[in-house]
Amino acid sequence: MKNWFKNLPWQHYKRKWFGMKLTDGRLYRVVLYGLLIIIGFVYIYPLLHMLSYSLKSLADLLDPTINLLPSGLYLDNFKDALLVLEYGPLLLESLTVTLIPAVVQTVVASLIGYGFARFQFPLKKLWFILLLATYIIPPQVTMIPRYVLFFNIGILETIYAIIIPATFGQGIASAIFVLIFYQFYLMIPKALDEAAQLDGANRLTIYLKVAIPLSLPSFLTAFLFSFVWYWNETYLTRLFLGNGGETLLIRLLNFVSAYNAIIGGGSNVANEAIRMAATLLIIAPLIVAYFILQRLFIEGIDRSGITGE
Amino acid sequence: MLTKLKTWFRSVITFIRNGFSLVKRLGDRLLNKLTNKQREALGGYAFIGIWLFGFIMLTAIPLIESLVFSFHQITIVGGEGIRLFFTGFTNYIRIFSTDLDFLTRLQNFIFEMILFVPVMNILALLIAILLNRKFKFRGFFRAIFFLPVIITSGPVIAELLRQGAGTIPALTESGILQIIEQSLPRFLSQPIQSLFTQIIFMLWFSGVQVVLYLAGLQKLDQSMYEAAQIDGANVWESFWKITLPSLKPMIVVASVYTIVTLATFANNPIILLISSVMFDPNKGYGYASGLAWIYFVVIALLLIVSTRLISPKEKGYRVLKEYDKYKR
Repeated sequence: MKNWFKNLPWQHYKRKWFGMKLTDGRLYRVVLYGLLIIIGFVYIYPLLHMLSYSLKSLADLLDPTINLLPSGLYLDNFKDALLVLEYGPLLLESLTVTLIPAVVQTVVASLIGYGFARFQFPLKKLWFILLLATYIIPPQVTMIPRYVLFFNIGILETIYAIIIPATFGQGIASAIFVLIFYQFYLMIPKALDEAAQLDGANRLTIYLKVAIPLSLPSFLTAFLFSFVWYWNETYLTRLFLGNGGETLLIRLLNFVSAYNAIIGGGSNVANEAIRMAATLLIIAPLIVAYFILQRLFIEGIDRSGITGE
Repeated sequence: MLTKLKTWFRSVITFIRNGFSLVKRLGDRLLNKLTNKQREALGGYAFIGIWLFGFIMLTAIPLIESLVFSFHQITIVGGEGIRLFFTGFTNYIRIFSTDLDFLTRLQNFIFEMILFVPVMNILALLIAILLNRKFKFRGFFRAIFFLPVIITSGPVIAELLRQGAGTIPALTESGILQIIEQSLPRFLSQPIQSLFTQIIFMLWFSGVQVVLYLAGLQKLDQSMYEAAQIDGANVWESFWKITLPSLKPMIVVASVYTIVTLATFANNPIILLISSVMFDPNKGYGYASGLAWIYFVVIALLLIVSTRLISPKEKGYRVLKEYDKYKR
């Protein structure tokens, strides 16, 4: 008996679990994966909650014994949510209000970034500092005079109130996008410019024919983030668009009144399940796009150059 | 009819083309008179001109205008714009003496920032360190930690918070919150409570920071760690002596990002108050501009204090240093 105990390969187990160094034992693996799974679960929890609630029927909602798992797949919530959100037309409207400024902002940011990266001109440093400062100024400070300005030139409550700031590099986080392009254009070797110049190209042609094709990945990154941020923006959109338009997210903000107007009456109430279904429907396009383009999003931040080269 | 249209169209096109070539020839003649340096400057301004115009019209002038607004009482004259009545510091006096709602929101905001910014940065750094290890499914976990950046928006967060999905049930049901509420003074217990009830959203808001720190970690030179190890440093020591100091610029960037994001997020109680005050007949645009300016100053102070705390000796932003480095 004693012999059996002594003969166990203790050294073997020790090496297997604790390893030679801190980072190669099995215990280390277990702790690492454990931590990652716990944190990952915390990240995903709201989404799981959303999914589970959106599938609950009214009886499930009222039953205190049913927690995360609904008793069956109840899809009527989605039917109601689709109806209240007016998903088809509002999706189209959201896309217009999002895509146009996102495209415009990306193109303009590339232009400005190229100007800062490739030209020497007086006061450049001052403008560059001011460009960075625009990121820190909260939109609430400039919002009221802009509102008055847009009213005076008659574009308030039209989509132009969103497009015009994007056109002049003053849209959502425009400074960051300019910075992305700025960092990228700094990295393109000068020799390319010189070669093109010898072939008789002027600066604009060099930008169009040399710089833009090289910076297509930056364009993609800037466009994706621009798109996501414009899609998720509700504060300024609601103020400037007013009665001139509605996006899916703004409809979600007014979900209860919209529900009462469209389905409402009697015992029909916009319960949690329906609201969760609506929320899920709104973020679904983003999640799908994200999982297809996931690499581009994350590597885009690396490429932005704010991570320091 | 069709041929008529065709010839008309053709003549219009030739007209435009001739116009263009005329402008080009004139432009070339003008450009040839300029020195290289002047031409370069002209080119630069041609590229950034669109930004410069927008900056002046949509940011600089509105910034000054809103400061001017804040010293006025503003009435909206039906259909033809606004009228200003100069009232001096009345708006500011009113805010600081009577607007308890705004002041408490501002106080909560400052306390939350003091608590949230370090906590979020530490969490982001920890996650980045985990992700920097070599293991299977790394891309998958990285994708999950970044996912919230894509889907976070005001209404979605509001819906989730209303459902109580902002926290893990086990955390709130274990009674920790009650203990904190009873044992600490209110101004401390409230932010800590919101820390617990919003822990998930703090994680949700740190996706970009995680990627920033991860990029910073991956650029560290491994040979430095080996050298330290040979000198007898353990993991803990090399973290404090190598990892953290080299990540300093990244910490500054991440903190600025955190503060700006939280300050301008659509559910922020202060900015909600500002937009509702705008349309309040008793207060109006002038009063709201005052609020916005106070808020702006507070954010600027927070940014200055936090960047100075992290790197006391460093002057200016990293980007500007980069700029100097590349300057020819």
